[in-house]
Amino acid sequence: MSEILPSSFFIQIQDASGNWASDFVENVIIPKIPHFPVELGTVLVMIACAGIFVAVVPLLPLVLVLAERKVAARFQNRTGPMRVGPWGTLQTLADGVKLIFKEDFIPPQGDKLLFLLAPYVIFACSFAVFAAIPFSQEIIVSDFNIGIFYIMAISSVIVMGVIMAGWSSNSKWSLLGSLRSAAQIVSYEIPLGLSILTVIMLVGSLSMTDIVATQENGFFSWLIFRSPFTFLAFFIFFISSIAEVNRTPFDLPEAESEIVAGFHTEYSGMRFALFFIAEYANMFAVSAIGVTLFLGGYEGILPGYDFLGGLPGFVIKTLGLVFLMMWLRWTLPRLRVDQLMNLCWKYFIPISFFNILGTGIWGLIFKTDDIWSIGISCTIIYVGLISAYVIAGRVFSRKPEPQASSV
Amino acid sequence: MEITLKTLIFYGFALMTIGSAFAVVTVRNIVHAAFALMVTLFGVAGLYVFLQADFLAATQVIVYVGGILVLILFGVMMTSGRLQMRIHIERGQLILGGGITLALLMLLLTVIANTPKWKNLSDDGTVFVPTTSRIGKLILNEAFLLPFEIASVLLLVALIGAALISRKEIRD
Repeated sequence: MSEILPSSFFIQIQDASGNWASDFVENVIIPKIPHFPVELGTVLVMIACAGIFVAVVPLLPLVLVLAERKVAARFQNRTGPMRVGPWGTLQTLADGVKLIFKEDFIPPQGDKLLFLLAPYVIFACSFAVFAAIPFSQEIIVSDFNIGIFYIMAISSVIVMGVIMAGWSSNSKWSLLGSLRSAAQIVSYEIPLGLSILTVIMLVGSLSMTDIVATQENGFFSWLIFRSPFTFLAFFIFFISSIAEVNRTPFDLPEAESEIVAGFHTEYSGMRFALFFIAEYANMFAVSAIGVTLFLGGYEGILPGYDFLGGLPGFVIKTLGLVFLMMWLRWTLPRLRVDQLMNLCWKYFIPISFFNILGTGIWGLIFKTDDIWSIGISCTIIYVGLISAYVIAGRVFSRKPEPQASSV
Repeated sequence: MEITLKTLIFYGFALMTIGSAFAVVTVRNIVHAAFALMVTLFGVAGLYVFLQADFLAATQVIVYVGGILVLILFGVMMTSGRLQMRIHIERGQLILGGGITLALLMLLLTVIANTPKWKNLSDDGTVFVPTTSRIGKLILNEAFLLPFEIASVLLLVALIGAALISRKEIRD
């Protein structure tokens, strides 16, 4: 039944034999209950699978929050949470239980309806993104033919939730935070989309599994090494996605030292926890998208071997990017608003357009990806990196140390 | 008519679209209206999926919800500090708006009445074909290259114009 429709809106856990859910109904349920309607059964199985998915994905933030605190502790030469459970591993669970029992405060002067709705909008959108991420060859909730475009569309709705939360709180901090967030997300969506476009140009498909399938020949077939322009695009993608998920150095929407906690200042209890979970789920999601688009997805490092492939490989690569985000967070200071906008509009967007032009020319010169194109690409990347390092070293070392500001 | 899962979901989306569109025009609070519009646009995206226009559905969400609606809300928030921003409707606007709406309704009804019975593509076993490559070929190869390029140049001009207008004059 669901091959009639485009597979959007139908959750199907797919395997090689096609629609898993209706097969399950026909083979397992029908023999036991003969007159059970197949369509209803399929829907129930799909809902059950979605339920499992929605139950499992919040476990990610549970791990990531603890990881973040431990990483932060390492960077600051302390131990982090140590009391709850062995080495503090149950700290997040304890925090979660605490948050459930906290009062769910609603500002009496605010807009009650939108205040109550906002966390769900953000939560739902950040989880809907997971529907199109291929975790392995078998585990993909729905393999749309427009997978990456769907992800971009859904994640662009998150900003609506942020605005909703900020506006309905009727608090200056919240409003400022949500305005900053809206400006930032809308701006950084452009370089993000343009750098995704370079990948789509080389692959020729919007489907996530198609994109992974072109990277199946090991390390050097990963799209990041396919051309010098995708190499550049990966970094623009990664930095822009950090800005999209509002993390340091782009955490202006929730800058503690300026506007308390930004758009979720007025939230408490479980509603605050929903924002928190959504933030870490987003972090994982953008890293997973980065891995799928540029770093080989669930394909292994060596051609022909399953080493570091499949689900474990995918998760390891994704967690590597997540760690990189944490590393940046605890290393870099926050940008100013004008610096943020300069970076996006004056550097990233022109570079992204240059990337697209370059990728088009690259695609014309090298029609297929053979050893020559990848070899030339890797050489250019190598030479480019070295010369960038040397030039940057010269430029920055010539600058005199800024004078201490007048006392 | 046979009630299948597909029809149920279709009516769900139709109800979502019409209900929230009704809320958009009746709610007095402009921000509430904007958020109801978000639901409407999602509903329309769902209906596009039923028309087998997958690319258009995602474009609908990304352009209207992620772009234009955010811009509307941004404008509202920047211009009014008050939480309860209400719309005042005057008699003249009501008559003019009602007239235009009535004309549009008549036009649409005429179109619907004069269209031969709509064929459901999926009923006679037509398999869904992804639209992305066909859209791409039409835009860049055949009939629509010139309009596409004109539209993109127009947008570029608008972008440069906006940057020029909003730019702070720096003279020294």
